[in-house]
Amino acid sequence: MDWKKKGLWLDFEMPIVELEERIQTLQDSASVRGMDVNEEVERLRAKASKMGKDIFAKLEPWQRVQLARHPRRPTTNDYIHFIFDDFVELHGDRMFRDDEAIVAGMASLGDRKLMVIGHQKGRDTKSNIRRNFGMAHPEGYRKALRLMDMAVRFDRPIVTFIDTPGAYPGVGAEERGQAEAIARNLREMSDMPVPIICIVTGEGGSGGALALGVGDRIFMLENSIYSVISPEGCAAILWRDGAKSKEAAKNMKLTAKDAQKLGVLDLIIGEPIGGAHRDHEAMSREIKRVIQETLAELEVIPINELLDQRLQKFLDIGVFEESGKS
Amino acid sequence: MSWLTQAAKGIKALTSQKKDIPDNLWRKCPKCSEILYHRELDRNLWVCGSCGHHLPFTTEQYIGLLFDEGTWAETHRGITSKDALDFKDSKRYKDRIKASRQKTGKEDAVITGRAQIGRIPVSASIMDFSFMGGSMGSVVGEKIARALLDSLRHREAAIILSRSGGARMQESLLSLMQMAKTSAVLARLRKEGIPFISILTNPTTGGVTASYATLGDINVAEPGALIGFAGPRVIKQTIGGDLPEGFQSSEFLLEHGMVDIITERRNLKENIERTLHWFVDNRDISVLRPPRG
Ligand SMILES: [Zn+2]
Repeated sequence: MDWKKKGLWLDFEMPIVELEERIQTLQDSASVRGMDVNEEVERLRAKASKMGKDIFAKLEPWQRVQLARHPRRPTTNDYIHFIFDDFVELHGDRMFRDDEAIVAGMASLGDRKLMVIGHQKGRDTKSNIRRNFGMAHPEGYRKALRLMDMAVRFDRPIVTFIDTPGAYPGVGAEERGQAEAIARNLREMSDMPVPIICIVTGEGGSGGALALGVGDRIFMLENSIYSVISPEGCAAILWRDGAKSKEAAKNMKLTAKDAQKLGVLDLIIGEPIGGAHRDHEAMSREIKRVIQETLAELEVIPINELLDQRLQKFLDIGVFEESGKS
Repeated sequence: MSWLTQAAKGIKALTSQKKDIPDNLWRKCPKCSEILYHRELDRNLWVCGSCGHHLPFTTEQYIGLLFDEGTWAETHRGITSKDALDFKDSKRYKDRIKASRQKTGKEDAVITGRAQIGRIPVSASIMDFSFMGGSMGSVVGEKIARALLDSLRHREAAIILSRSGGARMQESLLSLMQMAKTSAVLARLRKEGIPFISILTNPTTGGVTASYATLGDINVAEPGALIGFAGPRVIKQTIGGDLPEGFQSSEFLLEHGMVDIITERRNLKENIERTLHWFVDNRDISVLRPPRG
């Protein structure tokens, strides 16, 4: 890890980061002087690990939001790199342009061949501008749909990675019908005759997230979030004060645990101690294991049954009271 | 009697219902500022006689306008909101719901039912903007999904009249998921050859636009309605500049290929009826043309 760029760490992570920095310094100086510091290093590592567990056990919803947006958090391209083989990125919606806020392509995973699609955020200002901060335009959703249709025609399962602040509120996006593009994806994904696994890896923001989010299984990483609008947007509208984001985040019940309680999630995928950004490879290994297990489970279900289950899954989402029924 | 004359009769029946409106009730047209008396507005289906601006119509008025007299039967009553998130901003969500129910006399922001349009049976959902801005939470999603399933079960056309600020924020993820839920049922209607006519009225924005409202086999809009996904204010903030003239209006959407028909309120039923006729059997208009294969 690059310890020097301290601006890339969150406040509440700093105690762990500093401790790890100490371990590193200790090891460096020991190797120069030929000293044996193994015992001390072990002791400090155990301390760092406990500290990590303690801090992460009682995170506030707002801190989860920060983790979900962590500048070091793995992006879709990182997951693709670690999880799949033979990835071939495909471009364009065949109508308007290629939207780089969404990456998509063919990949293999062991013997399986699949279609992989996900939002793509940048790592720095330059790449974020290219990726539009992971906020897709209608052509992004249409590219995704085009490739999902291809997956259906060749009977390949689909895996999506969801990580977006939301759809892009711009003039062009509206002119080109982003509402319809999102809506169409929802309708089509709900009835595509191949297994679909959706994984919220970072920010699951509004319709832009949902446009890749209809499938047989919905998973969320431990520190990801999923909500109808960003906490800032919610605060601006309901509190009329964008600074009330923390309060909004708390009220919105946007963590993975909340989503599970609300009956939306199938599984929370655990993250390495300290968050996915501490170990991209370990995080990817765990996601890979879950994808493989889930596909094995879904592939044996007859397709009509799978589609009925998928419809029922979404019909069951919602909490309300009904008079005359308990 | 042709169905056209019947439609005209329906409108007359609707406008002559309220004779007890005092002469002195009036309001200003929000577009051209003309003073409009309620009696005159009622006669004009709440359309400004001066500039043609379509003012809000109540759910009951739409039911009277759209469906053959005496055919409307409400369905799925008794489904109400349950604050699953325990949400509180300046007010508790529970209290907002209670206040809206008292103010509007409605259970939530949609009413569903079965009815006929020119004797063609339909299953319909009418959204209500007066109930929490017509926002879609679990109740709206559930009722619309059930109304669509009714269409599937009875093999009758589906109609949804939208006017909504979008998803209901106080139900966050649950309300987002209602977009998927309603769209998933629409996939089944499509597969089974059940037509869906979406009527977009002022305003239709956010999650409702990005789900069923734009998924009609036919999308019909009232003139001058605000229709879009992101709100104009948010877009203006994002781009840091002015929006194009007429941006996100019905006419803008027609121009950009998102709606099929713009129709004035007085022709709404006639136009819906005309399109419905295309889908049904000539010998028996209660029977939809079966899907191929
Ligand atoms: Zn006027």
